[in-house]
Amino acid sequence: MHIPDGYLSPATCALAYAVALPFWLLAYRHAKRLLHTRMVPLFAVFSAFSFVIMMFNLPLPGGTSGHAVGMGIISIVLGPWASIVAISVALLIQALFFGDGGITSFGANSLNMAIVGSLVAWASYQLLAAGAALQSRRRVLAAAVAGYLAINAAALLAAIEFGLQPLLFHDAAGTPLYAPYPLSVAVPAMMLGHLSFAGLAELLITGGLVAYLQRAHPELLSLQASRISVPTAALRTTRKLWYGLAALMILSPLGLLAAGTAWGEWGVEDFANADSRQQMALASGQMAPPVAAPEGLARLASLWSAPFPDYAPAFVHSPNFGYVLSALFGAGLILLALLLLSRLGGKPGQPE
Amino acid sequence: MSEQSFIAGGHRHGGHFAERLVHGLQQALEHSLDAEAISKQRGLLQGLDPRIKLLALLSLMISGILAGQLSTLLLLFCLAVVLALLSQVSLRRLYRQAWLSVLLFSGAIALPALFLVPGDILFRLPLLHWGISLQGLRSAAFLLGRAETSASFALLLMLTTPWMHVLKAMRSLGVPVLLVALLGMTHRYIFVLLQTASQMFEARRSRMLAPPSGWLARQVVAASSGVLLSKAFQLSSEVHLAMVSRGYRGDIYLLHSFHTRPRDWCALLPALCVPLLILWKHA
Repeated sequence: MHIPDGYLSPATCALAYAVALPFWLLAYRHAKRLLHTRMVPLFAVFSAFSFVIMMFNLPLPGGTSGHAVGMGIISIVLGPWASIVAISVALLIQALFFGDGGITSFGANSLNMAIVGSLVAWASYQLLAAGAALQSRRRVLAAAVAGYLAINAAALLAAIEFGLQPLLFHDAAGTPLYAPYPLSVAVPAMMLGHLSFAGLAELLITGGLVAYLQRAHPELLSLQASRISVPTAALRTTRKLWYGLAALMILSPLGLLAAGTAWGEWGVEDFANADSRQQMALASGQMAPPVAAPEGLARLASLWSAPFPDYAPAFVHSPNFGYVLSALFGAGLILLALLLLSRLGGKPGQPE
Repeated sequence: MSEQSFIAGGHRHGGHFAERLVHGLQQALEHSLDAEAISKQRGLLQGLDPRIKLLALLSLMISGILAGQLSTLLLLFCLAVVLALLSQVSLRRLYRQAWLSVLLFSGAIALPALFLVPGDILFRLPLLHWGISLQGLRSAAFLLGRAETSASFALLLMLTTPWMHVLKAMRSLGVPVLLVALLGMTHRYIFVLLQTASQMFEARRSRMLAPPSGWLARQVVAASSGVLLSKAFQLSSEVHLAMVSRGYRGDIYLLHSFHTRPRDWCALLPALCVPLLILWKHA
């Protein structure tokens, strides 16, 4: 799970840092507003706690052992933003001082485990434990599932990062320059271990911890509930946005079923292609298109080349995969823009 | 932590879970003390300004992941070896703390690439008839070479620079003061919590007549983690009160006492030129 140096290309590392940065800033601002002078000691101790939890080798059924990352329990007790900071700091110390995980790949590790892991853990726990009493069994189950989902989401993201390397970065002879396995190998290989052992360890630790806290320290489980300071109306509005975005992301592959080109989305080369001309005529009530592309369109076409032309990056050999990847990438950008806009607008538009 | 790391000899997987934790704590303490002792010796890297050293070694690490040729990686690896020898860091230590750990972890990951990466078949394994491709061989060498080179430079940085100097250097280079303070405090509390955890497990173990069953062991780990969590909370409250009572109001100040000398710039210049050279060569 801790990606060492040399597995990811410099471009991937830089992109991971760029994606992680807004989340770090949001987490910092949010924590500062909420905790003031308590922030530094609280984060320092909980980063250390996350580090120590990673050293707890839990005996698993079948005679093996595994360790948890702690994103589940820290998200449940302190909330996702505190968890993002605490686990990121723990990962940075592991990378710098103990050589566990790379320095160049620290951004990717933080993105996978601290950011995505914490947000998935928090969201799934909130969803599954909604309305449950502090002492209810449902909270234990929700925590266990949250931990399991979080570590597997982080593992899946890491596997995708690995799997994209040979597609994007290889030399003229086809030698992969970084992680050598394509998605078809990287995803099953990573998920096999995480859906079983690592996932089970996170599931047992998170669920077991919540069960223990219910008996011994229920006040720690109610910390998050007492800290929520979002106006209900704002929360409802942003929730709708999140649901809408999730629906769009889920439905995006339906675009693969649509045939032909959307009306008006024609490129310059389509005017010279007989099949495309026929489609244009059909879509335009049998009105014949111009013989050549309008001059303005031809001039403008050379100005802008989208990073994902026709929703399929050049490096992706399967157009279907490229389409879905583009949809996810676009949705991710929209999500990021929404988070930043809501933050700049002073209305929290993300989980608190 | 169960992946490649500087903790000598990797992580212990046998024995009781409490034994493994105590073993982990001992190794972490050992690594910390070793780093402190080596950083006080007289050597090339120890004599450099920590800010310059941090920049130079990071630049060389980035060079390692930029390199598009195995020969470049080999040269960088040789440079790491030479720097280690000139800094009183024995090759045995590099082997134990970096090379072996990387070989066991990254080597195991790189091995299937010999057969799975498609390309020109060099030869086939007898009996199994699995083909080893040239591309597979080169990609495995790239993965292992990059991981070994980066780990060597990262270990050299840690062994030749006291942790507080690394943090101060980070601050001087524009890393936010809050992050620097967090790293310093977290590093301290890791050892506090590790010691607390190992004492808790030791106490539990000394009161048990027989090794616990799997189910009971899991319950012990979960309960101990819970106790540790509540102790962490208590500790953070106490630390917070101690900080506030000493005048902490949310602003962090660090002292700087670094001075660069001509030899620091002489070290930094070639180190920064390496990635630029690689980029220029690729362009």
